Amino acid sequence: MSAPGRPAAGGVVPGAAGSLLAFFEELRTEGVAVGSSEILDAFAALDEVSWTDQRDFREALASTIAKSQEDRRVFELLFDRHFFRATEAEALEREVQEQRYEGSDRLDLDELREAIREAIAAGNDGEMRDLARLAISAFGRRGERSGVIGVDVQRIRRALELQARGGSSDGEQPALDPDEVRRFEQHLRRELERATIERTGKLPPSRPLAELDRTLPTSPTQDLAAVHRAVAQMKRRIATLGHEQRGRRRGRVVDVRRTMRTSLETGGVPLQLRYRPKRPRRPEIYVLCDVSTSVSSASVFFLSVLHALHDSFRKLRSFVFIERISEVSDIFEHERDFRAISEAISSERGVADVSGYTDYGRVWLEFGEEIAEDLGPRSTAIVLGDARTNGREPHARIFGDIAERSGRTFWLNPEPRLYWNYGDSVMAAYEPFCDGAFECWTTKHLEQFVNVIAGAPAPVE
Amino acid sequence: MAEAKQPESVAEVREGLAEAGYLADESSALVSFLAQRLGKPVLVEGPAGVGKTELAKALSRDTGRKLIRLQCYEGLDEAKALYEWNYRKQLLRIQAEATGDHASPGREAEAEASSWESTRGDIFSEDFLFTRPLLEAISATEPVVLLIDEIDKTDQEFEAMLLEVLSDFQISIPELGVIEARTRPLVLLTSNNSRELTEALKRRCLYLWLDYPSVERELEIVRLHTPDLDESLARRMVEVVHMVRQLDLKKPPSIAESIDWARTLLLIGADDIDRETFEQSMSIIVKHRSDIDLVAERVAVKLGDMTPPPAGQTSSG
Repeated sequence: MSAPGRPAAGGVVPGAAGSLLAFFEELRTEGVAVGSSEILDAFAALDEVSWTDQRDFREALASTIAKSQEDRRVFELLFDRHFFRATEAEALEREVQEQRYEGSDRLDLDELREAIREAIAAGNDGEMRDLARLAISAFGRRGERSGVIGVDVQRIRRALELQARGGSSDGEQPALDPDEVRRFEQHLRRELERATIERTGKLPPSRPLAELDRTLPTSPTQDLAAVHRAVAQMKRRIATLGHEQRGRRRGRVVDVRRTMRTSLETGGVPLQLRYRPKRPRRPEIYVLCDVSTSVSSASVFFLSVLHALHDSFRKLRSFVFIERISEVSDIFEHERDFRAISEAISSERGVADVSGYTDYGRVWLEFGEEIAEDLGPRSTAIVLGDARTNGREPHARIFGDIAERSGRTFWLNPEPRLYWNYGDSVMAAYEPFCDGAFECWTTKHLEQFVNVIAGAPAPVE
Repeated sequence: MAEAKQPESVAEVREGLAEAGYLADESSALVSFLAQRLGKPVLVEGPAGVGKTELAKALSRDTGRKLIRLQCYEGLDEAKALYEWNYRKQLLRIQAEATGDHASPGREAEAEASSWESTRGDIFSEDFLFTRPLLEAISATEPVVLLIDEIDKTDQEFEAMLLEVLSDFQISIPELGVIEARTRPLVLLTSNNSRELTEALKRRCLYLWLDYPSVERELEIVRLHTPDLDESLARRMVEVVHMVRQLDLKKPPSIAESIDWARTLLLIGADDIDRETFEQSMSIIVKHRSDIDLVAERVAVKLGDMTPPPAGQTSSG
């Protein structure tokens, strides 16, 4: 998309600077931290590249403005939108009408199809845009336009037989790169929008970006991939935690032998102290995860947290419970696909007995009998659950015993602290036995918690 | 401040990098160009093994600058990154002074006072300084490339210390004063994104995100490093690597590993990647027990489908 009425090269002209500043302002409202030093950098960078190449222009801006991957994603979205709108606004103001191909009716659909396939295969951007226009006008004449842009794009695509996979049974057509096909669709969308704007003579109102899966998915219907993306970052952080204590100067022990050995260099004067290397703590972690219906939205999240934890801690045993408890460590060890894991858990492990309601008391009893013997001062127990007992006996004392046996006990509750102890929640009964109880319903909460388990000094060593 | 030769265009940088054995994509060429023109540090982020460190090396080869590398790790402090006083040498110097003084016992007090003055000035001079990578880069007479590798491994305090170096290209040493850069070093910081870097650091840098390359680009890279490998085999290999990357692995294969794999295929003289070849050599690209199981299950089976298995090959599962 080349902008009409914008100089091709040279310094920053006032109009363009204003437009860029408006763009930065828009970025700020979407939460990208654009400081004034960044803006200065951006203008300095734009002095160095040619403005005629959109890719250079965009990259130069992005590298100076968007300083993380998330920022970059917002940047891409806004960049397209902002400059498209800016161009259209300008065009409206100057009453520029684009020349549309209104030529002969003998525009052969097959020829067009062939040309489009070629352009997509070659990845030629300009060609694709021109062909997108041709396709739109061809369809406009055939009267198949629905007026809804999204629908039209799909109709045109179908009529052009552009499958991303390309693997139709005739197999003569080579497969097209799905990314290129998507780019062509993007062009279609653009051109349709442009046509609408020209027809109506005004810009559609600008909307703020939808919340880009920045928060924890709250319904189980949401894409699991989104949860995983959120946890992927965590995964890396957890993996590097635990190494953190190395290199801190606190609490080091002098290694006499190595100190004496080094002191030979300085004539027997121990100038440089040598310390024993500090071994990072390797905690054994026991995770108990509630998978009942009252926490079903959170348990998807919790299961993926478990999944991530399994990658990072070698000594980790995980349990799921509803009315009864069942160990699932082996499933996580053998299966990496998240879907398969949740299926295996829900089908094989008989955690729901009769009613399907959580019975915390019974779970503690079972856990206390079967597993609590393995707990030691080095172990950390983490409970993921809402502490809603459905009116059954909480057996808090038994939970207390379990907490006593393990070095540290944490409780992660998927409900905001405000709701704790309302209704059948008995969080207050369990909380005194925990080393910490946290609300945990966003990845941010989880991150705080991870910092505590990996960073805080252990009460029992 | 002596200025190094600067590139004129993005294309020039890209060609230079290609000559140095690094096939840069659009954004890395552009950011390298901007870094040289604007004299700003570059923060390179991306998954492990996409060629972040290699970019710095290629830039150093291309521009003919010396590469100075600071490998970061947990607990790295200024004594290892900036400078350190060589106190053993200082001690020896003081001792030499003391023994030398015995020659004139009469005017001991006076001599001691004046010699202490001179000694103090003496022992805090550059002769008694260990230069560490950052100081070395700043005080170099020739322009250099400074690579600060895996900055996310250090703690935040260290980052704060870097700020002076990165924005003003100077280091203050209390005993000596401020040492300013004679030439502007080209600075690259790499990060695996294992923790969030501070805003202050990011603000001073250009940002470059490197991701796994597309099939076409990776093919070019592999071909560049193993020109003897048959092209169709190389393409197939890269496609398999991409297939493997699609899976949820603990450690997806890096570009370096696909190059290694290409070399291995060349070495064992494979002419196609069938199931057998794959299972023999996949430990080159997959390095975790559970990953190997998963890849064997998902990818190797697919390979079996795509090429008709040779006779007697069916029992390998």
